Amino acid sequence: MTQRNRLTGGLVDQSNPLNFSFDGKIYQGYVGDTLASALLANGVRLMGRSFKYHRPRGVVTAGSEEPNALVELRSGGRQEPNTRATTAELYGGLDANSQNRWPSLKHDMMAINDRFSNFLTAGFYYKTFMWPKAFWEKIYEPIIRKAAGLGSLTGAADPDLYDKGFLHCDLLIVGAGPAGLMAAVTAGRAGAQVILADEDFRMGGRLNSETHQVGGMPGADWAARVVAELAAMGNVRLMARSTVFGAYDHGVYGVLERVADHIAIPPAGKPRQILWRIYSKRAILCAGATERSIAFENNDRPGVMMAGAVRAYANRWAATPDQNIAIFTNNDDGHRTAADLIAKGVNVPAVIDIRPDAPKVEGTELLTGAQVIGSKGRLGLTDVSVRLASGEIRRISCGALAVSGGWNPNVHLTCHQRGRPTWNEGLAAFVPGNSLPMGMSVAGAALGDLSTHGALKGGADAAVSALADLGITASRLVLPEAEDAPIRLTPFWHVSGTGRAWLDLQNDVTVKDVKLAHQENFVSVEHLKRYTTLGMATDQGKTSNMGALAVMAEMTGKSIPETGTTIFRPPYTPVSMGALAGRSVGKEFHPTRLTPSHHWAVEQGAEFVEVGNWLRAQWFPRKGETHWRESVDREVTQTRNSVGICDVTTLGKIDVQGADAAEFLNKIYANAFAKLPVGKVRYGLMLREDGIAADDGTAARLAEDHFVVTTTTANAVTVYRNMEFARQCLWPDLDVQLISTTEAWAQYAVAGPNARKLLQKIVDADFDLANDAFPFMACGEITVCGGTRARLFRISFSGELAYEIAVPTRYGDAMIRALMAAGEEFDAVPYGTEALGVMRIEKGHAAGNELNGTTTALNLGLDRMVSGKKDFIGAVLSKRDGMNTDDALCLVGIRPVDAKDRVPAGGHLMAISGPVDAAHDQGYVTSAAYSPTLNSAIGLAFVKGGGERMGERLRLVNPLEGIGTLVEIVSAHFVDPEGEKLRG
Amino acid sequence: MDKLTALTPLGARSARVDNIGALEIREVVDQAMVSVAARLGQVDLTKETTTAKLGLVLPDVGQSTVAPPFAAFWMGPDQWMVSAAHNAHELLAAEVKSALGSVVSVVEQTDGWCRFDVSGETVCDLFERLCNAPVRQMAPGAVTRSSVEHVGAFVWRLNAENIAVIAPRSSAKSLHHALIAATTSIA
Amino acid sequence: MIINHPLLGPRDAQEFTYLGDAALINRPDWTSENALREFHDYLHLRDNPAGEHRELWFHEQGDRSWLVVTRNTVTHEISKVELACDVARASGRSTGRDEGQVA
Repeated sequence: MTQRNRLTGGLVDQSNPLNFSFDGKIYQGYVGDTLASALLANGVRLMGRSFKYHRPRGVVTAGSEEPNALVELRSGGRQEPNTRATTAELYGGLDANSQNRWPSLKHDMMAINDRFSNFLTAGFYYKTFMWPKAFWEKIYEPIIRKAAGLGSLTGAADPDLYDKGFLHCDLLIVGAGPAGLMAAVTAGRAGAQVILADEDFRMGGRLNSETHQVGGMPGADWAARVVAELAAMGNVRLMARSTVFGAYDHGVYGVLERVADHIAIPPAGKPRQILWRIYSKRAILCAGATERSIAFENNDRPGVMMAGAVRAYANRWAATPDQNIAIFTNNDDGHRTAADLIAKGVNVPAVIDIRPDAPKVEGTELLTGAQVIGSKGRLGLTDVSVRLASGEIRRISCGALAVSGGWNPNVHLTCHQRGRPTWNEGLAAFVPGNSLPMGMSVAGAALGDLSTHGALKGGADAAVSALADLGITASRLVLPEAEDAPIRLTPFWHVSGTGRAWLDLQNDVTVKDVKLAHQENFVSVEHLKRYTTLGMATDQGKTSNMGALAVMAEMTGKSIPETGTTIFRPPYTPVSMGALAGRSVGKEFHPTRLTPSHHWAVEQGAEFVEVGNWLRAQWFPRKGETHWRESVDREVTQTRNSVGICDVTTLGKIDVQGADAAEFLNKIYANAFAKLPVGKVRYGLMLREDGIAADDGTAARLAEDHFVVTTTTANAVTVYRNMEFARQCLWPDLDVQLISTTEAWAQYAVAGPNARKLLQKIVDADFDLANDAFPFMACGEITVCGGTRARLFRISFSGELAYEIAVPTRYGDAMIRALMAAGEEFDAVPYGTEALGVMRIEKGHAAGNELNGTTTALNLGLDRMVSGKKDFIGAVLSKRDGMNTDDALCLVGIRPVDAKDRVPAGGHLMAISGPVDAAHDQGYVTSAAYSPTLNSAIGLAFVKGGGERMGERLRLVNPLEGIGTLVEIVSAHFVDPEGEKLRG
Repeated sequence: MDKLTALTPLGARSARVDNIGALEIREVVDQAMVSVAARLGQVDLTKETTTAKLGLVLPDVGQSTVAPPFAAFWMGPDQWMVSAAHNAHELLAAEVKSALGSVVSVVEQTDGWCRFDVSGETVCDLFERLCNAPVRQMAPGAVTRSSVEHVGAFVWRLNAENIAVIAPRSSAKSLHHALIAATTSIA
Repeated sequence: MIINHPLLGPRDAQEFTYLGDAALINRPDWTSENALREFHDYLHLRDNPAGEHRELWFHEQGDRSWLVVTRNTVTHEISKVELACDVARASGRSTGRDEGQVA
């Protein structure tokens, strides 16, 4: 296992080898390697296949901007596609595979696409799959789906944990290169709360990849010293392996910290990644710059790389893609790569510089005014063709070509709030504009200060200035001595030619594609981007956007700044779905609210249903019951025959107090409350301001100045919010105070002819439950079971003689057990939400299905409750003519004429004969159930003028299911229409 | 009829204690709580009366005060949560109402909430995984109402190494799960 | 976004529930001769400016205050935050008892 392209030195620990595998083959690397550097050291240049043409591809960059070297990392549930080999930190046992190839990376059948490249140009999909229309779903889409994407998932659940968190700081510094480190040490010494985040696992940025001296020592050493000083400061938080992926409003930043991506399996209970939300008062963007390429024919072969990346591999990772590397550049920075490679013992056959006046470089041949016009090597570069200044063509044998087209400041985060970068002529690049996100400043290469000295100075200055805004005085530190070379560059974007020259390597977009888009009249860069898919891959065009803009500008005859840029949006680099979900997965997807009787209900074997976040018992199966209907029918029948008990704690309870409490309720409810006597409960209907029914419930008057309002379970939050709106915004001088008490009381409905007898066994003897002492709609504070405080309400949703009894929640579990024990002699049953629903339908009580956001009090048959004598929410608009027509929908009951027929909820009602269409619609069914009391399916329906149509027969239709059932309109009060039971 | 026995918010007879790494998570079940809201225009009188009758200074925005046997924290404009030991003050609502009279609205809150006191030197590390409250900057006594793992809650910095989280009782199990998971994560 | 709550200081907008135009405070007099028209306009006709906008936010995960937030809908810059009850009182809202009475 020789690492044939491993050099000496570097920041890898060559005494600490690690084994890893790529496409099943075992290789060796070192601690400090990335997957990409280790593969290069092992002589592996071919790392993937391209998206569209399946062209062989190798690594291009040494950072998160990598477009080509995407791999599948790990296996099973941990398999992660499209992972950049350039940022994957090497660990022992790392298991990576190439992707988008079959059967192997070297022999990929889909490479046939490359032969058809003339057809697969920009807009191919739009042009090809338009017709015949019927082909889309059956033929085109499945083929595209299969071919689409790069990596694959196993479908197994990710076994790892992901965490979330929130941090607050005075100053967030994004990037720990020379600018970021200098800013951090300046702010840290001033005592500010500082967070320094860097996506790399080793802080220092380019200092780790260059040979410059900083403060008289190697740059990497200077960086390590500063990092050590910062680590010792209690007010500085260092976050390596942390990508600041988004700049959001008002100083909020999204950060992904990869805490365990560099080990095979995170320790038990520990997260793989943490998604941080950082609240910063100020932020300094020190995100550096990204090198750009020069496009030429077949510039996508494995071995064609960015010059700065080749230099980084040699200096930091002691790895080289080949022992013969030519350089192609339009600027002086390219020459540095040549010098550093030569110093490392790598042969540089030539530096090809497009500039006729390029400066001299030692130890290699300089070809001035020359251009690379082509390349050879199917699975890896073997040689390049160069057109010399003389016009003569020369072939140069090399296994890698280091290309430098200049550097683009990483302005991405400055644009996340719609900021537009501005053009810098000297750099031929966009630099941050004036409209930065609130609180953000920029320093170093990200600002266009590409020298080390410029970065150090810029970082220090930005920190001093940001802290001054916050009233913190930071002293200006003495800057360490560092290089301050000027930028010398001649803008040059692509070599002209007839072959394919790649701009976007990841999405396979060439110069020709951009030209074609222009020919087809795509003018805006935004359209260009979407039509060609340039910059739309996982790398978001970090290495390609500028080149495409330049080609577009050339085509239109405009300047690059006139051509514009597309908008950068978060995330800066991809964020895994797991990290976005955090701990909220599986059963913990949302918090679960448990009722006071939950543990008891679990013991009873109850089936549960989610109602909002609540978990409620749906029914309580008994031994021998095989179908839910058996359980529900039994619960209904037993309740109606004797007594049943139901946990109704989930209904919202709002405590309303104050001298004006009654007046306030008068404004909240459509019906009157001012004269409700103390010790009484009243049903209340709330409307929206537009007159539509909003919610219903009860209000119990416990004292002159004290009510308890109940809401439906679903609307508890909204009703409270609306009441606060009325209190604070509409009538701020009413003396009323509100607070929710939903959870403070465990509340049970006890319903059925034996309800009173059962409760008499529970309620302490001092309280008289006789009908005249505690009649229908009475309420009071009592004690139960020998002194436990309780509230008793005589209200009924089932239509039976019924009470709701509430005790402090801690006694809720004991209370249900006491009720069931006391009910044993009556064969009391617990009932769940299904039986509750059946009984309220039998009784004709409206619920959520009827209060559906379209219905009025008139529709619900509650119009007589709506007061005409007072102001309340909805008072005026509920009187609109359109809401009060003679043929308005009216809530009625329906029964199938043949008792065996079903009544599907959602079905519409039509005349017995005649068309079945919207124009002849008579109404619709909102709720349906099987009534064990009537031995028939029943339903509640809104029918036009329904109140006057009792006994009429209609057809209940559901054309989707082929249903057409004959039904009869009846009173919605199927059970006890006179209400004798509940008053008894 | 037997007396009713109480269960804790986590559904047990006794309060739960978990020790993970440097942190202890203790379920607190011995506090009676009431909300005290000043009637319209009675804020000053409410504060004066509370000080006179209960010896308790009602705290400013985002703060808490302690005056044994009582403690109070600010809940919202003109509204406070007053607590005392449940054993001795189960009828705290009646007690406070009779002391303060018609200048306030008093509502029993004891069983509306669950409370976990988390203590240990990494307590801030834990809470910054759970909620957006700036716990490190909160001085002892500061209280913030926010969302803890999607559950609305009060976060009360009791002292340097002790934070109480008070959340709706029905969500106790989910909250406890979040506390345990995050504590394990930082341990 | 961060809303600088007048009582609590800077708070994450995630803690709030958004309602809409602060003009919803100006609920018409139900006894007005043109009450129907006024309520219709109050409820349905609202400005939707690209620029400065006064809007109602409810601090649901916080102190339960309704706030009037003056926010630039283009830049999200928040220039003013007030307690809605103060705004309501300043615009003459009180108990509603005087509505319909001849001044």
